[in-house]
Amino acid sequence: MSAEQSPKIVIVDESPIRAAILEEGLREAGFTQIVHIREMQSLLARIYAVDPDIILIDLENPSRDVLEAMFQVSRAVRRPIAMFVDQSDSSSIQASVEAGVSAYIVDGLKKERIKPILDLCVSRFNAFAKLQEELERTKSQLEDRKIIEKAKGILMKVKGLTEDEAYVLLRSTAMREKKKIGEIAQSIITASEMLK
Amino acid sequence: MTAPLRIGFIPLVDAAALIVAVDKGFAAAEGLEVELVREVSWSNVRDKLNIGLFDAAHLLAPVAIASSLGLGHVKVPIAAPFNLGINGNAITVSPALHAALMEEIDGDRFDPLATAKALAKVVAKRRKAGADPLTFGMTFPFSTHNYQLRFWMAAAGVDPDEDVRLVVLPPPYMVDSLANGHVDAFCVGAPWNSVAVDLGIGHILHFVSDILERVAEKVLAVRQVWADKNPDVVASLVRAAVKAAEFIEQPENLAEATQLLARPERIGVDAEVIQRTLTGRLKISPDGTFRESGRYLLVGREGAGRPDPVQAAWLYAQMVRWGQTALSGEALKTAMAVFRPDLYDAALERVGDGHASPPFSAFAGPTFDPRDVAGYLASFAVGRRVP
Repeated sequence: MSAEQSPKIVIVDESPIRAAILEEGLREAGFTQIVHIREMQSLLARIYAVDPDIILIDLENPSRDVLEAMFQVSRAVRRPIAMFVDQSDSSSIQASVEAGVSAYIVDGLKKERIKPILDLCVSRFNAFAKLQEELERTKSQLEDRKIIEKAKGILMKVKGLTEDEAYVLLRSTAMREKKKIGEIAQSIITASEMLK
Repeated sequence: MTAPLRIGFIPLVDAAALIVAVDKGFAAAEGLEVELVREVSWSNVRDKLNIGLFDAAHLLAPVAIASSLGLGHVKVPIAAPFNLGINGNAITVSPALHAALMEEIDGDRFDPLATAKALAKVVAKRRKAGADPLTFGMTFPFSTHNYQLRFWMAAAGVDPDEDVRLVVLPPPYMVDSLANGHVDAFCVGAPWNSVAVDLGIGHILHFVSDILERVAEKVLAVRQVWADKNPDVVASLVRAAVKAAEFIEQPENLAEATQLLARPERIGVDAEVIQRTLTGRLKISPDGTFRESGRYLLVGREGAGRPDPVQAAWLYAQMVRWGQTALSGEALKTAMAVFRPDLYDAALERVGDGHASPPFSAFAGPTFDPRDVAGYLASFAVGRRVP
């Protein structure tokens, strides 16, 4: 895709990692003109300075409302902005809102050129969400492990158990109570602190 | 119990009836399980309501109308069976602009015509001096804040599109933007005006009730097809909201209501600031001057909860006046049909609530009559009507 064919894309996102993931995806797909705006002050002026064909913004961003002003007739708006899909294409809207991204397109850009960009956004945003979820899970697993170690230590000391026996006791209690092993471990720590 | 409802809201005091309906148990008493979802932008609320991620939402009244008309976005017909608030916004100006206005003012500083004329003088002086035009922040193109600001300044001949700049700012950014000079003034709902005054960076110039006595601010919005399919749920929601609004308006409940609203997962500001809004007693200047109005924000009193189609018609007329759409009888009818007093009455099993539709009065222009929108609009010198 040559530079003059490639539409100019602005990414408005305060998360540098997510923006980088999206930008990388767009570049791989052959879109060469991409600008990332991270600073929300005077957002419209920044966007007009770039004069993009497409603006992508994450839905966690309160500044999304600022972009809605681009639909309005006003001196500041140089080119009219349209919504990213036409009325008939509600599945695209649904997919992008669920993924957490919204696109604003300058009027006149053909629908068949927009669709692949939007699809890419949705998949990259979903990938980012998954990544974040995994990170959270790993974090809480690490946290759990620390708590379990501490609870095991308490059981070993109080009940004179070996490390393996302490773990088996924790696990069987968790299964019987239908709770997570981390929760049982936490209640042991809390109880032992209260009994100190 | 029906399936849990997801209801979106923006952390503003005029979400009070919705928040209290859920958190005080009025919704549960109606057999409703509700998850309130705090949102960061009106566009998100609108889109999530439109595609069904939300069953209902705290929504800017003009957005409900714009959505039903397909203005600015895809067309999704909305029904508003309950009005969450009347008025509740204020215009706050920077200390510098306040001083400039007070220097020019001829008359009472709470008289909007006097302040608008003072603004016209300040604008003219700035133009002569080659200074940048004044910038006013508001919350959304289809918002009461936008229309109230425009109505006010245009009355003294200030053209909101030519003589000043109007910019959209998310409410939580308003105060910072005023502090760092990005805007000279803003029109926003509670608690943000009070926050600016408390920080010493703003003066509340007007309660919007100075400008227009009664404007529908936020509605409880549902998709029209959803309302058609779930009449019982709509009725339950309305009853829960009505009870919550009545609860909030009782002085003895004020402390409890403000505590519920102040919690971080709801509005998330100091309870005392919320209380000021609900009682209409606001600190208007950093020097500690207070001003009181019984019309600052109406949640349940004076029939505020019952949707009034005349209000919808006036909001539609503003969209026409400022070039957001062309005037059409069909669109006017659609706009008025968004506000559903019939659903409100059906829920309460009564007709009306003893309050006749009050005359629409403002400090400028003729009394609004939805039967003659063209005539009404023709009486204003400043506007941006499209053919």
